[in-house]
Amino acid sequence: MSLAAKSLLLIAVLGLAACNNPDRYGAGAGGPGGAGGAGGAGGIDTTGLGDPNNPTSIAYFNQRVGDRVLFAVDQSTLSPEARSVLAAQANWLNQNPGYAAIIEGHADEQGTREYNLALGARRAAAVQNFLISQGVAANRLRTISYGKERPIEVCSTEACYSQNRRAVTVLSAGAGV
Amino acid sequence: MIRPMRQIFQTLLVLALGLGALMSAPVLAQSSPPRIVIGQGVIEPMPIAIPTFIDEGGAGDYAREITRVVISDLEGTGFFRNIGEEAHISRITSFDGGVAFEDWKAINAQVLVTGAVSVSGDRITVKFRAYDVFNGTTLEGAALQFAGTTQGWRRMSHKVADVIYSKITGEGGYFDSRVVFVSESGPKNQRLKRLAVMDYDGANVAYLTDSNSIVLAPRFSPTGDRILYTSYESGFPRITLMDVGSLRRQTLDEQPGTMTFAPRFSPDGGTVVFSLERGGNTDIYSLSLSSGRLSQLTNAPSIETAPSFSPDGSKIVFESDRTGSPQIYIMPASGGEGTRISGGKGRYGTPVWSPRGDYIAFTKQNEGRFHIGVMRTDGTEERLLTASFLDEGPTWAPNGRVLMFTRETSGGGGQASLWSVDITGRNLKQIPTDGPASDPAWSPLLP
Repeated sequence: MSLAAKSLLLIAVLGLAACNNPDRYGAGAGGPGGAGGAGGAGGIDTTGLGDPNNPTSIAYFNQRVGDRVLFAVDQSTLSPEARSVLAAQANWLNQNPGYAAIIEGHADEQGTREYNLALGARRAAAVQNFLISQGVAANRLRTISYGKERPIEVCSTEACYSQNRRAVTVLSAGAGV
Repeated sequence: MIRPMRQIFQTLLVLALGLGALMSAPVLAQSSPPRIVIGQGVIEPMPIAIPTFIDEGGAGDYAREITRVVISDLEGTGFFRNIGEEAHISRITSFDGGVAFEDWKAINAQVLVTGAVSVSGDRITVKFRAYDVFNGTTLEGAALQFAGTTQGWRRMSHKVADVIYSKITGEGGYFDSRVVFVSESGPKNQRLKRLAVMDYDGANVAYLTDSNSIVLAPRFSPTGDRILYTSYESGFPRITLMDVGSLRRQTLDEQPGTMTFAPRFSPDGGTVVFSLERGGNTDIYSLSLSSGRLSQLTNAPSIETAPSFSPDGSKIVFESDRTGSPQIYIMPASGGEGTRISGGKGRYGTPVWSPRGDYIAFTKQNEGRFHIGVMRTDGTEERLLTASFLDEGPTWAPNGRVLMFTRETSGGGGQASLWSVDITGRNLKQIPTDGPASDPAWSPLLP
């Protein structure tokens, strides 16, 4: 492929990514943890969640497979529990090739904004790399870090912090590239 | 012979700025006032009299409002105490008339500021003179006139106060400046953020973006005409450059699959230094705004972020967790491994080089508390200025003597607000904002 063609392909991929704005947290988006509607920049995209009893649905992935893994303070190392969840995620993604995923990395509020952005990216990449190692095509996965901007739990104790140090695999239907 | 007050005050300020051994001893300035007592870092503010500026025609409310802002600026430093007009013995009725210094001495005013305001159409003229009461002389260089449109009345007030502050302390002024920050609303797990700019004291707020996407950590250009910040507008964190006048914005360095954040200008405004994340690893890069040339400055598997130039542009201070916990390093502006300067217990982040070049301000996290601190550029003389559940992200006033930062309270109802403190740890106070606010960045002194 020529360089120009590669560039065009990149632009096309970017275009797709832009349409599928990963910022679930933009104004107009649903609450955090509400898997589905990606509503960046005020737009509303609709994604069917399906029935959790249907093994090919997003609802099944989120609830039965498990859409998130948790991390220790300052760490991006995958625990045995996390590896087991991610192996199941990879298995599901391999069986349902019609889905792409954005992996969101998050941090708890103990840390500066900049450091937590970088830490969230490290966590998201750890998940991405593991999924790729389990056979998921790299071009189905993207990462984003929210640092400490989007806690799922709001208290200021370890009970909440442990839930906020997470990487969440957010599926989007029909966006497989 | 009485020493010039400025010299005395300078001496006292120097003492306050950290010659620790002397700080506990009360310092009597002379046999005669001014008398300022320094103890445990607390200075008795200097008594100063600023009678309401004279209306020399058409000034209406301006004369009173300008006087109010000048007093607020000076008292806000913690170095001055205004003696209310009810205590004044004589009245200033003419700007160029004589001053009965005995009357001002009698109320122990060490500095007297007189002023006059006139308005014609939309033009306003403000003139003022600051006197050394005990010598009965005008403070050198502290008799000036400012003219402009009435819209700029607050800026003129700040300029008056800047001159007085500067003449008496020997430090540069900082009142005629702006602060860009992130205005926040909404609950903690769905925070809405937008860029806003205000005067240094919280007045004249203007919003620069809407709340549709997350915006973080804005920074002014060295001339105050442009702002760099991190925006999620594209869906991914990207550094964005905004022209303050037109509000036009552009995303810098869009490389697919990467995330860019923590941008800052070089002192000449021509280069942006920032963090770029690729494949989970964050390093520091620089981008020439004229040529678009991208240079990688650090190359390590650890997190390198929060870069800030030295004022001469030759070095960059940054944060790295290469030893396992975030610490502060300095490298040449061309890049390199860097030399670690932070040595105390805890985690260090967000280093910012003082515009004066003498200190580096930082965020420190230790034993569950956050601090704003300063240290010399070789890491010595570390001094923690604040302590709370979460203090972070210091920004320097243009004179390098005051810091503003974000303080956030804990728990589900936790909210961010802006605070300032001087580099001795004195005068900690909240900056009034309409709602929650974070990530302040001070502009240079306005022209």
